[in-house]
Amino acid sequence: MNAWLLVWLDTIIQGVLLGGLYALYATGLSLIFGIMRLVNLAHGDLIVAAAYLILALSQFAGIDTIVAFAISLPLMFALGYLLQRYLLNRTLGEDILPPLLVTFGLSIVIQNALLQGFSADTRRLPIGGISGISVPLGGGIAAGVMPLLSLVAAIAVVFALNQLSYRTRLGRALRATSDDTETAQLMGINNKQIYAVAMGLALAVCAVAAFFLGSRSTFDPTTGPARLIYAFEAVIIGGLGSLWGTLAGGIVVGVAQTVGARINPEWQILSGHVAFLVVLILRPRGFFPRAFD
Amino acid sequence: MALLETRDLTAFYGDFQALFGISVAIEAGETVAIIGANGAGKSTFLKTVVGLLPSLPGSIHFDGEDIAGTRAFDNVARGLVLVPEGRRLFPSLSVEENLLVGSHRRSGRWTLARIYELFPVLAERRNQPATTLSGGQQQMCAIGRGLMADPRVLLCDEISLGLAPIVIRDIYAVLPMIKAEGAAIVIVEQDIVQALAVSDRVYCFQEGRMKLSGKPGELTRDAIHTAYFGI
Repeated sequence: MNAWLLVWLDTIIQGVLLGGLYALYATGLSLIFGIMRLVNLAHGDLIVAAAYLILALSQFAGIDTIVAFAISLPLMFALGYLLQRYLLNRTLGEDILPPLLVTFGLSIVIQNALLQGFSADTRRLPIGGISGISVPLGGGIAAGVMPLLSLVAAIAVVFALNQLSYRTRLGRALRATSDDTETAQLMGINNKQIYAVAMGLALAVCAVAAFFLGSRSTFDPTTGPARLIYAFEAVIIGGLGSLWGTLAGGIVVGVAQTVGARINPEWQILSGHVAFLVVLILRPRGFFPRAFD
Repeated sequence: MALLETRDLTAFYGDFQALFGISVAIEAGETVAIIGANGAGKSTFLKTVVGLLPSLPGSIHFDGEDIAGTRAFDNVARGLVLVPEGRRLFPSLSVEENLLVGSHRRSGRWTLARIYELFPVLAERRNQPATTLSGGQQQMCAIGRGLMADPRVLLCDEISLGLAPIVIRDIYAVLPMIKAEGAAIVIVEQDIVQALAVSDRVYCFQEGRMKLSGKPGELTRDAIHTAYFGI
């Protein structure tokens, strides 16, 4: 293989791995939109908040970051459940504007609360030596262990959520509610309860995303909105309501960014957005849209 | 006391009043038909009874309990189950999953196996998306889904709508079997002949008011005609 080909192969592999991280950002957003048509503008900030939660747990309790991450999963689930139950459920209705306004406000509240509590310093989740380890893939190409793990985690999260959706009573209730809320209530399904569980799941996924965000790169209280944009793009490219589509969408954004950066380092972010626009023009409903709606 | 009873039930869509003081009583094991022209308030009545629309305290009693204002999903737990107009199957769920959703909150005498016994065609298509079924099969699936909640009162809204006569006959043929399990059945029908044929008692609504009630054999054609059309 010639060197030129290897460079591009490497670029694409790194892009796919980056896409895994973006898919983790996007999965919770996709889940929530799919089930209750709620666009959560605070999603990126909730990921960053989860990263600070992991950081705070590990620092104050003096425990390992991995253990803090494990503890953050049920905590974020509980936060999501309560957030939906006591705040966001009240905004849902015929009008799509209230949830947008409330989550937009929530985004600002979270950013300022984090700024107040943790200052504007950039932080990183300490994960020890593993962050520097990479695996040789042959031909001089190597992949970092953390990027690889984030892709594996993205696949595992999407797989697990799909198993939940298609194999369990809860999943059936989630899909039924997503299809037709009123009829789901006629079947004895408390839609508000289902929404709260869904938001809990989405925020648990946010904790997974936060762990990889914080251990692969730095974060500060204003990191959230950019993650939200990547997540949005991944969801839309993949097709609304499809979790595997969201994973594919994340990978498209990731690959577009690394390819853009390879051509010119200044083009990294821009080329991700351009890829999104191109997909929007060619396939307005994304790669894997739902058969109905 | 009747199993399901409404007292002076009213319903509103905003400022528009859709029901004016409807009082009905349905006993366990009874089949009751509600007939009336379009806009008579039949569907509104069913929706209000199950809790999809708000109602005033004391206006709906189920098994001696005041259930006015309770939510539809809680009424399912009591055994008050509505098969909605237009089937309303869940499009992203398979036939079997649709049936299973019926037993989300409450289950009992009606199991998957017994639903498939009742409607063998559903067993053949159990893994297909519900949307691939024909209209009649979809209606069977919707009724089966309602039965999975082991209803004490099964409310059926326009189950013959848009179906061929032969299919309607098949669907109505299962009502006696449902009744044999002890459930009370309330059917809302535009097809008067069908409604009279299967019911123990009939209520006729007109513009949100009760115009006529009685046993099918005791009502004259003229009386029904007048109550139905108001002329």
